[in-house]
Amino acid sequence: MHKLTVPIPDEAIRALRAGDQVSLTGIMVTARDAAHKFLVETYVRVDQPTQELELYQELKSILNGGAIYHCGPVVSKNPDGTWRFVAAGPTTSIREEVYEPEVIAHFNVKAVIGKGGMGPNTLKANQEHTAVYLSAVGGAATLIADAVKEVVTVYKKDEFGVPEAFWVIRVEDFPAVVTMDAHGRSIHDEVAAASQSRFDELVK
Amino acid sequence: MNDLTEQFVELIRKAATELPPDVEQALVAAKERELPGSAAAGALETILRNVGLARQLSSPVCQDTGTPIFEIYHPQHVSTREVTAAVRRACALATQRAFLRPNAVDSVTGINSGDNTGVDFPTLHFHEWDDDAIKAQLLLKGGGSENVGAQYKLPDAQLKAGRDLEGVRKVVLDAVLRAQGEGCSPGVIGVCIGGDRGSGYIKAKQTLLRRLDEPNPDAALDALERRLLSDLNSLDIGPMGFGGRTTVLGVRIAAQHRLPACYFVSIAYMCWANRRATVVIRDGQATYA
Repeated sequence: MHKLTVPIPDEAIRALRAGDQVSLTGIMVTARDAAHKFLVETYVRVDQPTQELELYQELKSILNGGAIYHCGPVVSKNPDGTWRFVAAGPTTSIREEVYEPEVIAHFNVKAVIGKGGMGPNTLKANQEHTAVYLSAVGGAATLIADAVKEVVTVYKKDEFGVPEAFWVIRVEDFPAVVTMDAHGRSIHDEVAAASQSRFDELVK
Repeated sequence: MNDLTEQFVELIRKAATELPPDVEQALVAAKERELPGSAAAGALETILRNVGLARQLSSPVCQDTGTPIFEIYHPQHVSTREVTAAVRRACALATQRAFLRPNAVDSVTGINSGDNTGVDFPTLHFHEWDDDAIKAQLLLKGGGSENVGAQYKLPDAQLKAGRDLEGVRKVVLDAVLRAQGEGCSPGVIGVCIGGDRGSGYIKAKQTLLRRLDEPNPDAALDALERRLLSDLNSLDIGPMGFGGRTTVLGVRIAAQHRLPACYFVSIAYMCWANRRATVVIRDGQATYA
Protein backbone atom coordinates (compact mmCIF):
# COMPACT_ATOMS: atom_id res chain seq x y z
CA MET A 1 0.00 0.00 0.00
CA HIS A 2 1.45 3.35 -1.11
CA LYS A 3 0.46 6.33 1.00
CA LEU A 4 0.23 9.49 -1.09
CA THR A 5 -0.10 13.01 0.23
CA VAL A 6 -1.39 15.86 -1.96
CA PRO A 7 0.43 17.80 -3.42
CA ILE A 8 2.10 14.69 -4.81
CA PRO A 9 5.77 14.96 -5.79
CA ASP A 10 6.86 13.55 -9.17
CA GLU A 11 9.13 10.94 -7.58
CA ALA A 12 6.15 9.47 -5.68
CA ILE A 13 4.25 9.22 -8.99
CA ARG A 14 7.19 7.56 -10.75
CA ALA A 15 7.40 4.96 -7.96
CA LEU A 16 3.85 3.75 -8.69
CA ARG A 17 3.21 0.74 -10.90
CA ALA A 18 -0.08 -0.40 -12.45
CA GLY A 19 -1.81 -2.74 -9.96
CA ASP A 20 -0.50 -0.98 -6.83
CA GLN A 21 -3.02 -0.12 -4.13
CA VAL A 22 -2.79 3.43 -2.82
CA SER A 23 -4.36 5.61 -0.18
CA LEU A 24 -4.56 9.37 -0.65
CA THR A 25 -4.59 12.12 1.93
CA GLY A 26 -4.97 15.84 1.34
CA ILE A 27 -7.02 18.20 -0.80
CA MET A 28 -8.67 17.12 -4.04
CA VAL A 29 -11.38 18.54 -6.24
CA THR A 30 -14.30 16.81 -7.93
CA ALA A 31 -14.80 17.56 -11.62
CA ARG A 32 -16.93 15.75 -14.15
CA ASP A 33 -18.52 16.54 -17.50
CA ALA A 34 -19.57 20.18 -17.12
CA ALA A 35 -16.46 21.02 -15.08
CA HIS A 36 -14.02 19.55 -17.63
CA LYS A 37 -15.76 21.29 -20.50
CA PHE A 38 -15.61 24.55 -18.53
CA LEU A 39 -11.92 24.18 -17.62
CA VAL A 40 -10.82 23.50 -21.15
CA GLU A 41 -13.04 26.03 -22.89
CA THR A 42 -12.49 28.84 -20.38
CA TYR A 43 -8.83 28.44 -19.51
CA VAL A 44 -6.98 26.02 -21.79
CA ARG A 45 -8.19 26.39 -25.39
CA VAL A 46 -7.87 30.18 -25.32
CA ASP A 47 -4.92 32.45 -26.06
CA GLN A 48 -5.30 34.15 -22.72
CA PRO A 49 -8.02 33.44 -20.14
CA THR A 50 -10.27 36.47 -19.81
CA GLN A 51 -13.21 35.12 -17.84
CA GLU A 52 -13.63 33.71 -14.34
CA LEU A 53 -10.11 34.80 -13.43
CA GLU A 54 -10.57 34.64 -9.67
CA LEU A 55 -11.71 31.02 -9.94
CA TYR A 56 -8.78 30.37 -12.29
CA GLN A 57 -6.28 31.36 -9.58
CA GLU A 58 -8.05 29.19 -7.00
CA LEU A 59 -8.17 26.17 -9.27
CA LYS A 60 -4.57 26.57 -10.42
CA SER A 61 -3.41 26.49 -6.84
CA ILE A 62 -5.57 23.46 -5.92
CA LEU A 63 -4.67 21.48 -9.03
CA ASN A 64 -0.92 22.15 -9.08
CA GLY A 65 0.52 18.78 -8.00
CA GLY A 66 -3.04 17.89 -7.10
CA ALA A 67 -5.77 15.37 -7.74
CA ILE A 68 -8.99 15.48 -9.74
CA TYR A 69 -11.79 13.15 -8.74
CA HIS A 70 -14.45 12.15 -11.29
CA CYS A 71 -17.39 12.15 -8.92
CA GLY A 72 -20.89 13.57 -8.62
CA PRO A 73 -21.61 13.32 -4.92
CA VAL A 74 -24.75 13.22 -2.81
CA VAL A 75 -24.29 16.06 -0.35
CA SER A 76 -26.13 17.29 2.69
CA LYS A 77 -26.04 20.74 4.29
CA ASN A 78 -25.17 20.88 7.99
CA PRO A 79 -27.19 23.15 10.31
CA ASP A 80 -24.18 25.56 10.41
CA GLY A 81 -24.29 25.99 6.62
CA THR A 82 -21.26 23.81 5.84
CA TRP A 83 -21.55 20.79 3.56
CA ARG A 84 -21.08 17.09 4.15
CA PHE A 85 -20.49 14.31 1.60
CA VAL A 86 -23.09 11.57 2.04
CA ALA A 87 -22.19 9.36 -0.92
CA ALA A 88 -19.24 9.91 -3.20
CA GLY A 89 -18.18 7.03 -5.44
CA PRO A 90 -16.43 7.58 -8.77
CA THR A 91 -18.20 8.19 -12.07
CA THR A 92 -17.14 6.84 -15.48
CA SER A 93 -13.94 8.56 -16.57
CA ILE A 94 -13.77 7.90 -20.29
CA ARG A 95 -16.20 10.75 -21.02
CA GLU A 96 -13.41 13.16 -20.02
CA GLU A 97 -10.84 11.62 -22.39
CA VAL A 98 -11.34 14.51 -24.85
CA TYR A 99 -10.41 17.02 -22.12
CA GLU A 100 -8.17 15.31 -19.57
CA PRO A 101 -4.78 15.42 -21.35
CA GLU A 102 -5.09 19.20 -21.69
CA VAL A 103 -6.20 19.58 -18.08
CA ILE A 104 -3.26 17.45 -16.84
CA ALA A 105 -0.79 19.48 -18.89
CA HIS A 106 -2.22 22.93 -18.17
CA PHE A 107 -2.77 22.58 -14.42
CA ASN A 108 0.05 20.10 -13.57
CA VAL A 109 -2.41 17.52 -12.21
CA LYS A 110 -0.67 14.45 -10.75
CA ALA A 111 -3.55 12.07 -10.13
CA VAL A 112 -6.84 11.59 -11.90
CA ILE A 113 -9.24 9.37 -9.99
CA GLY A 114 -12.32 7.75 -11.43
CA LYS A 115 -13.63 4.47 -12.72
CA GLY A 116 -13.37 2.41 -15.87
CA GLY A 117 -10.05 3.84 -17.02
CA MET A 118 -9.19 6.30 -19.76
CA GLY A 119 -7.80 6.14 -23.27
CA PRO A 120 -4.47 6.46 -25.09
CA ASN A 121 -4.35 10.27 -24.89
CA THR A 122 -4.52 10.29 -21.10
CA LEU A 123 -2.01 7.43 -20.92
CA LYS A 124 0.34 9.53 -23.05
CA ALA A 125 -0.28 12.61 -20.92
CA ASN A 126 0.58 10.52 -17.83
CA GLN A 127 3.96 9.69 -19.35
CA GLU A 128 4.68 13.21 -20.57
CA HIS A 129 3.66 15.01 -17.40
CA THR A 130 4.36 12.34 -14.73
CA ALA A 131 0.81 11.61 -13.68
CA VAL A 132 -1.25 8.52 -12.85
CA TYR A 133 -4.82 7.39 -13.27
CA LEU A 134 -6.29 5.79 -10.17
CA SER A 135 -9.40 3.62 -10.09
CA ALA A 136 -11.66 4.03 -7.13
CA VAL A 137 -14.22 1.30 -6.61
CA GLY A 138 -17.36 2.28 -8.46
CA GLY A 139 -20.36 2.48 -6.20
CA ALA A 140 -18.35 2.38 -2.97
CA ALA A 141 -20.02 5.66 -2.24
CA THR A 142 -20.61 5.59 1.48
CA LEU A 143 -17.18 4.18 2.26
CA ILE A 144 -15.49 6.88 0.20
CA ALA A 145 -17.70 9.60 1.69
CA ASP A 146 -16.39 8.39 5.04
CA ALA A 147 -12.86 9.22 3.84
CA VAL A 148 -13.97 12.77 3.03
CA LYS A 149 -13.23 14.57 6.26
CA GLU A 150 -14.16 18.09 5.21
CA VAL A 151 -15.82 19.95 2.36
CA VAL A 152 -13.51 22.94 2.04
CA THR A 153 -15.55 24.86 -0.50
CA VAL A 154 -17.61 24.47 -3.66
CA TYR A 155 -17.49 26.33 -6.97
CA LYS A 156 -20.15 26.52 -9.68
CA LYS A 157 -22.76 24.68 -7.63
CA ASP A 158 -25.67 26.84 -8.75
CA GLU A 159 -24.61 26.93 -12.38
CA PHE A 160 -23.66 23.24 -12.84
CA GLY A 161 -25.83 21.59 -10.17
CA VAL A 162 -24.70 19.47 -7.22
CA PRO A 163 -23.30 16.45 -9.11
CA GLU A 164 -21.35 18.57 -11.62
CA ALA A 165 -19.91 21.26 -9.34
CA PHE A 166 -16.25 21.61 -8.29
CA TRP A 167 -16.28 20.31 -4.71
CA VAL A 168 -13.00 20.97 -2.93
CA ILE A 169 -12.59 18.27 -0.30
CA ARG A 170 -10.05 17.16 2.26
CA VAL A 171 -9.68 13.38 2.34
CA GLU A 172 -7.89 10.93 4.57
CA ASP A 173 -6.87 7.47 3.39
CA PHE A 174 -8.95 7.55 0.24
CA PRO A 175 -8.60 4.01 -1.22
CA ALA A 176 -7.76 3.45 -4.92
CA VAL A 177 -5.79 1.25 -7.31
CA VAL A 178 -3.23 2.46 -9.86
CA THR A 179 -4.63 1.24 -13.17
CA MET A 180 -2.66 3.55 -15.54
CA ASP A 181 0.84 4.42 -14.43
CA ALA A 182 3.34 7.05 -15.60
CA HIS A 183 5.36 4.40 -17.46
CA GLY A 184 2.83 3.63 -20.18
CA ARG A 185 1.16 0.60 -18.59
CA SER A 186 -2.62 0.36 -18.44
CA ILE A 187 -4.43 -2.49 -16.71
CA HIS A 188 -7.49 -1.50 -18.72
CA ASP A 189 -5.66 -2.20 -21.99
CA GLU A 190 -4.26 -5.48 -20.69
CA VAL A 191 -7.64 -6.76 -19.44
CA ALA A 192 -9.30 -5.64 -22.69
CA ALA A 193 -6.77 -7.57 -24.80
CA ALA A 194 -7.00 -10.75 -22.69
CA SER A 195 -10.81 -10.71 -22.61
CA GLN A 196 -10.92 -10.12 -26.38
CA SER A 197 -8.90 -13.28 -27.07
CA ARG A 198 -11.09 -15.32 -24.70
CA PHE A 199 -14.17 -13.85 -26.44
CA ASP A 200 -12.79 -14.93 -29.83
CA GLU A 201 -12.58 -18.52 -28.54
CA LEU A 202 -16.09 -18.41 -27.11
CA VAL A 203 -17.84 -17.21 -30.26
CA LYS A 204 -15.80 -19.22 -32.76
CA MET B 1 -57.30 5.96 -0.94
CA ASN B 2 -54.83 6.93 1.79
CA ASP B 3 -51.85 9.04 0.86
CA LEU B 4 -49.03 6.60 0.16
CA THR B 5 -46.24 9.18 -0.01
CA GLU B 6 -44.42 8.11 3.17
CA GLN B 7 -44.64 4.42 2.25
CA PHE B 8 -42.99 5.22 -1.07
CA VAL B 9 -40.29 7.32 0.63
CA GLU B 10 -39.47 4.29 2.78
CA LEU B 11 -39.41 2.09 -0.32
CA ILE B 12 -36.91 4.49 -1.92
CA ARG B 13 -34.80 4.67 1.25
CA LYS B 14 -34.67 0.89 1.44
CA ALA B 15 -33.75 0.45 -2.23
CA ALA B 16 -31.06 3.15 -2.13
CA THR B 17 -29.39 2.15 1.12
CA GLU B 18 -29.89 -1.61 1.59
CA LEU B 19 -28.56 -3.99 -1.03
CA PRO B 20 -30.84 -7.07 -1.36
CA PRO B 21 -29.51 -10.12 0.57
CA ASP B 22 -29.20 -12.31 -2.54
CA VAL B 23 -26.98 -9.71 -4.23
CA GLU B 24 -24.81 -9.32 -1.15
CA GLN B 25 -24.44 -13.12 -0.89
CA ALA B 26 -23.38 -13.28 -4.54
CA LEU B 27 -20.73 -10.61 -3.84
CA VAL B 28 -19.44 -12.55 -0.81
CA ALA B 29 -19.18 -15.71 -2.94
CA ALA B 30 -17.36 -13.69 -5.62
CA LYS B 31 -14.84 -12.40 -3.09
CA GLU B 32 -14.10 -15.94 -1.95
CA ARG B 33 -13.30 -16.95 -5.53
CA GLU B 34 -10.67 -14.22 -6.06
CA LEU B 35 -7.01 -14.57 -5.14
CA PRO B 36 -6.36 -13.03 -1.71
CA GLY B 37 -4.41 -9.78 -2.06
CA SER B 38 -5.41 -9.25 -5.70
CA ALA B 39 -6.90 -5.96 -6.93
CA ALA B 40 -10.11 -7.94 -7.64
CA ALA B 41 -10.34 -9.24 -4.07
CA GLY B 42 -9.55 -5.74 -2.79
CA ALA B 43 -12.34 -4.23 -4.89
CA LEU B 44 -14.87 -6.78 -3.60
CA GLU B 45 -13.79 -6.22 -0.01
CA THR B 46 -14.27 -2.48 -0.51
CA ILE B 47 -17.69 -3.10 -2.05
CA LEU B 48 -18.80 -5.33 0.85
CA ARG B 49 -17.53 -2.89 3.49
CA ASN B 50 -19.40 -0.15 1.67
CA VAL B 51 -22.62 -2.20 1.54
CA GLY B 52 -22.43 -2.81 5.30
CA LEU B 53 -21.69 0.83 6.10
CA ALA B 54 -24.49 2.10 3.82
CA ARG B 55 -27.03 -0.14 5.55
CA GLN B 56 -25.77 0.87 8.99
CA LEU B 57 -25.85 4.61 8.23
CA SER B 58 -28.96 4.49 6.03
CA SER B 59 -26.88 6.22 3.38
CA PRO B 60 -26.96 5.54 -0.38
CA VAL B 61 -24.99 2.44 -1.47
CA CYS B 62 -23.91 4.42 -4.55
CA GLN B 63 -23.99 8.17 -5.09
CA ASP B 64 -25.61 7.64 -8.48
CA THR B 65 -29.02 6.75 -7.18
CA GLY B 66 -30.09 6.18 -10.75
CA THR B 67 -33.36 6.33 -12.61
CA PRO B 68 -36.11 5.28 -10.20
CA ILE B 69 -38.18 2.69 -12.08
CA PHE B 70 -41.46 1.77 -10.39
CA GLU B 71 -43.50 -1.29 -11.34
CA ILE B 72 -46.85 -0.88 -9.63
CA TYR B 73 -49.51 -3.57 -9.25
CA HIS B 74 -52.90 -2.21 -8.25
CA PRO B 75 -56.55 -3.27 -7.93
CA GLN B 76 -59.12 -1.93 -10.36
CA HIS B 77 -60.43 0.86 -8.12
CA VAL B 78 -57.07 2.55 -7.44
CA SER B 79 -56.39 5.81 -9.26
CA THR B 80 -53.08 5.56 -11.09
CA ARG B 81 -52.97 9.36 -11.24
CA GLU B 82 -53.07 9.56 -7.43
CA VAL B 83 -50.40 6.89 -7.11
CA THR B 84 -48.23 8.74 -9.63
CA ALA B 85 -48.60 11.96 -7.67
CA ALA B 86 -47.65 10.18 -4.42
CA VAL B 87 -44.59 8.60 -6.07
CA ARG B 88 -43.45 11.99 -7.38
CA ARG B 89 -43.89 13.59 -3.95
CA ALA B 90 -41.93 10.68 -2.46
CA CYS B 91 -39.07 11.19 -4.91
CA ALA B 92 -38.82 14.85 -3.94
CA LEU B 93 -38.91 14.05 -0.21
CA ALA B 94 -36.35 11.25 -0.57
CA THR B 95 -34.07 13.74 -2.34
CA GLN B 96 -34.48 16.27 0.51
CA ARG B 97 -33.54 13.53 2.97
CA ALA B 98 -30.43 12.66 0.89
CA PHE B 99 -31.56 9.09 0.06
CA LEU B 100 -31.49 10.19 -3.59
CA ARG B 101 -29.11 12.51 -5.40
CA PRO B 102 -30.80 15.23 -7.51
CA ASN B 103 -30.69 13.24 -10.73
CA ALA B 104 -33.23 14.63 -13.20
CA VAL B 105 -31.70 16.98 -15.75
CA ASP B 106 -33.70 18.96 -18.33
CA SER B 107 -32.26 17.71 -21.62
CA VAL B 108 -32.82 21.04 -23.39
CA THR B 109 -31.71 23.59 -20.79
CA GLY B 110 -29.31 21.35 -18.84
CA ILE B 111 -30.96 22.41 -15.58
CA ASN B 112 -31.26 19.83 -12.82
CA SER B 113 -34.79 19.89 -11.38
CA GLY B 114 -33.25 19.28 -7.96
CA ASP B 115 -35.90 16.87 -6.74
CA ASN B 116 -35.82 13.81 -9.03
CA THR B 117 -38.99 14.71 -10.84
CA GLY B 118 -39.26 15.88 -14.41
CA VAL B 119 -40.68 14.92 -17.79
CA ASP B 120 -41.24 11.12 -17.67
CA PHE B 121 -39.06 11.05 -14.57
CA PRO B 122 -39.35 8.89 -12.50
CA THR B 123 -40.41 5.95 -14.66
CA LEU B 124 -43.72 4.29 -13.73
CA HIS B 125 -45.41 1.22 -15.18
CA PHE B 126 -48.85 0.20 -13.92
CA HIS B 127 -50.25 -3.32 -13.91
CA GLU B 128 -53.82 -3.99 -12.80
CA TRP B 129 -54.24 -7.22 -10.88
CA ASP B 130 -56.90 -9.17 -8.98
CA ASP B 131 -55.35 -8.74 -5.53
CA ASP B 132 -56.81 -5.98 -3.32
CA ALA B 133 -53.31 -4.88 -2.23
CA ILE B 134 -51.00 -2.41 -3.96
CA LYS B 135 -47.53 -3.74 -4.67
CA ALA B 136 -44.70 -1.43 -5.78
CA GLN B 137 -41.36 -2.74 -6.95
CA LEU B 138 -38.57 -0.21 -7.32
CA LEU B 139 -35.36 -0.56 -9.30
CA LEU B 140 -32.73 2.18 -9.01
CA LYS B 141 -30.86 1.95 -12.29
CA GLY B 142 -27.55 3.81 -12.30
CA GLY B 143 -26.26 5.86 -15.22
CA GLY B 144 -22.75 4.43 -15.60
CA SER B 145 -24.15 0.98 -16.24
CA GLU B 146 -26.97 2.41 -18.37
CA ASN B 147 -24.35 3.83 -20.73
CA VAL B 148 -22.97 0.36 -21.48
CA GLY B 149 -26.37 -1.17 -22.28
CA ALA B 150 -26.72 -2.27 -25.90
CA GLN B 151 -29.30 -3.29 -28.46
CA TYR B 152 -28.49 -5.72 -31.29
CA LYS B 153 -30.39 -6.47 -34.45
CA LEU B 154 -30.03 -10.07 -35.59
CA PRO B 155 -28.64 -11.43 -37.80
CA ASP B 156 -25.37 -9.66 -37.05
CA ALA B 157 -22.88 -10.41 -39.81
CA GLN B 158 -19.80 -9.27 -37.93
CA LEU B 159 -20.50 -11.44 -34.91
CA LYS B 160 -21.91 -14.27 -37.07
CA ALA B 161 -24.93 -14.15 -34.79
CA GLY B 162 -28.11 -15.62 -36.27
CA ARG B 163 -31.72 -15.42 -35.18
CA ASP B 164 -31.52 -18.10 -32.51
CA LEU B 165 -30.38 -18.55 -28.90
CA GLU B 166 -26.80 -19.13 -30.05
CA GLY B 167 -26.95 -15.73 -31.75
CA VAL B 168 -28.30 -14.23 -28.52
CA ARG B 169 -25.39 -15.80 -26.60
CA LYS B 170 -22.87 -14.18 -28.94
CA VAL B 171 -24.29 -10.67 -28.71
CA VAL B 172 -24.56 -10.80 -24.90
CA LEU B 173 -20.89 -11.82 -24.79
CA ASP B 174 -20.08 -8.94 -27.11
CA ALA B 175 -21.96 -6.40 -24.97
CA VAL B 176 -20.16 -7.49 -21.78
CA LEU B 177 -16.80 -7.53 -23.58
CA ARG B 178 -17.37 -3.96 -24.75
CA ALA B 179 -18.53 -2.83 -21.31
CA GLN B 180 -15.31 -4.09 -19.65
CA GLY B 181 -15.39 -2.69 -16.08
CA GLU B 182 -17.23 0.48 -17.03
CA GLY B 183 -20.65 -0.68 -15.92
CA CYS B 184 -19.26 -1.34 -12.41
CA SER B 185 -18.72 -5.07 -12.72
CA PRO B 186 -19.55 -7.60 -11.46
CA GLY B 187 -22.96 -6.66 -12.79
CA VAL B 188 -26.24 -8.37 -13.51
CA ILE B 189 -27.15 -8.65 -17.18
CA GLY B 190 -30.82 -8.21 -18.10
CA VAL B 191 -31.69 -9.43 -21.58
CA CYS B 192 -34.86 -9.27 -23.65
CA ILE B 193 -35.11 -11.27 -26.85
CA GLY B 194 -37.61 -9.81 -29.34
CA GLY B 195 -40.12 -7.01 -28.88
CA ASP B 196 -39.41 -3.69 -30.53
CA ARG B 197 -36.65 -1.20 -29.77
CA GLY B 198 -38.72 0.39 -27.00
CA SER B 199 -40.43 -2.56 -25.34
CA GLY B 200 -37.27 -4.69 -25.39
CA TYR B 201 -35.25 -2.35 -23.20
CA ILE B 202 -38.12 -1.95 -20.72
CA LYS B 203 -38.47 -5.72 -20.43
CA ALA B 204 -34.70 -6.19 -20.09
CA LYS B 205 -34.77 -3.89 -17.05
CA GLN B 206 -37.83 -5.59 -15.57
CA THR B 207 -35.91 -8.90 -15.52
CA LEU B 208 -33.47 -7.29 -13.08
CA LEU B 209 -36.21 -7.40 -10.45
CA ARG B 210 -35.92 -11.22 -10.31
CA ARG B 211 -33.81 -12.48 -7.40
CA LEU B 212 -30.42 -13.96 -8.27
CA ASP B 213 -31.30 -17.25 -6.57
CA GLU B 214 -34.55 -17.58 -8.51
CA PRO B 215 -34.34 -19.73 -11.66
CA ASN B 216 -35.91 -18.75 -14.97
CA PRO B 217 -39.31 -20.48 -15.33
CA ASP B 218 -38.53 -21.17 -18.99
CA ALA B 219 -36.17 -24.16 -19.24
CA ALA B 220 -34.46 -23.05 -22.46
CA LEU B 221 -33.85 -19.54 -21.17
CA ASP B 222 -32.70 -20.89 -17.81
CA ALA B 223 -30.10 -23.04 -19.58
CA LEU B 224 -28.93 -20.05 -21.60
CA GLU B 225 -28.62 -17.94 -18.42
CA ARG B 226 -26.39 -20.61 -16.84
CA ARG B 227 -24.27 -21.00 -19.96
CA LEU B 228 -23.79 -17.25 -20.25
CA LEU B 229 -22.93 -16.88 -16.57
CA SER B 230 -20.10 -19.35 -17.02
CA ASP B 231 -18.96 -17.94 -20.40
CA LEU B 232 -19.01 -14.33 -19.18
CA ASN B 233 -17.04 -15.13 -16.05
CA SER B 234 -14.37 -16.82 -18.17
CA LEU B 235 -13.67 -13.43 -19.82
CA ASP B 236 -11.68 -12.50 -16.68
CA ILE B 237 -12.67 -8.84 -16.86
CA GLY B 238 -13.25 -9.04 -13.13
CA PRO B 239 -14.54 -6.58 -10.55
CA MET B 240 -14.26 -2.98 -11.84
CA GLY B 241 -12.35 -4.35 -14.84
CA PHE B 242 -9.25 -5.03 -12.70
CA GLY B 243 -9.12 -8.61 -14.03
CA GLY B 244 -10.53 -11.53 -12.03
CA ARG B 245 -12.85 -14.48 -11.88
CA THR B 246 -16.19 -12.73 -11.43
CA THR B 247 -17.32 -10.45 -14.25
CA VAL B 248 -21.07 -10.88 -13.74
CA LEU B 249 -23.21 -11.99 -10.80
CA GLY B 250 -26.08 -13.21 -12.92
CA VAL B 251 -27.87 -13.17 -16.27
CA ARG B 252 -31.67 -12.73 -16.52
CA ILE B 253 -33.37 -13.39 -19.84
CA ALA B 254 -36.94 -12.77 -21.01
CA ALA B 255 -38.53 -12.98 -24.43
CA GLN B 256 -41.28 -11.01 -26.17
CA HIS B 257 -43.13 -11.65 -29.41
CA ARG B 258 -41.61 -9.74 -32.30
CA LEU B 259 -42.37 -8.73 -35.87
CA PRO B 260 -41.33 -11.18 -38.56
CA ALA B 261 -38.95 -8.52 -39.89
CA CYS B 262 -37.26 -7.79 -36.55
CA TYR B 263 -35.14 -9.72 -34.09
CA PHE B 264 -33.79 -7.41 -31.40
CA VAL B 265 -31.74 -8.40 -28.40
CA SER B 266 -31.88 -5.62 -25.79
CA ILE B 267 -29.32 -5.74 -23.02
CA ALA B 268 -29.60 -3.76 -19.79
CA TYR B 269 -26.39 -3.78 -17.80
CA MET B 270 -27.00 -3.41 -14.07
CA CYS B 271 -24.01 -2.55 -11.87
CA TRP B 272 -23.12 -4.72 -8.86
CA ALA B 273 -25.35 -2.35 -6.87
CA ASN B 274 -28.48 -4.11 -8.12
CA ARG B 275 -30.73 -1.93 -5.98
CA ARG B 276 -34.31 -3.08 -5.76
CA ALA B 277 -37.00 -3.16 -3.11
CA THR B 278 -40.67 -4.05 -2.85
CA VAL B 279 -43.53 -2.79 -0.74
CA VAL B 280 -46.93 -4.42 -0.42
CA ILE B 281 -49.62 -2.17 1.03
CA ARG B 282 -52.61 -4.13 2.28
CA ASP B 283 -55.40 -2.61 4.40
CA GLY B 284 -53.16 0.41 5.02
CA GLN B 285 -50.31 -1.79 6.31
CA ALA B 286 -47.01 -1.63 4.44
CA THR B 287 -44.70 -4.65 4.29
CA TYR B 288 -41.25 -4.15 2.78
CA ALA B 289 -38.96 -6.71 1.17
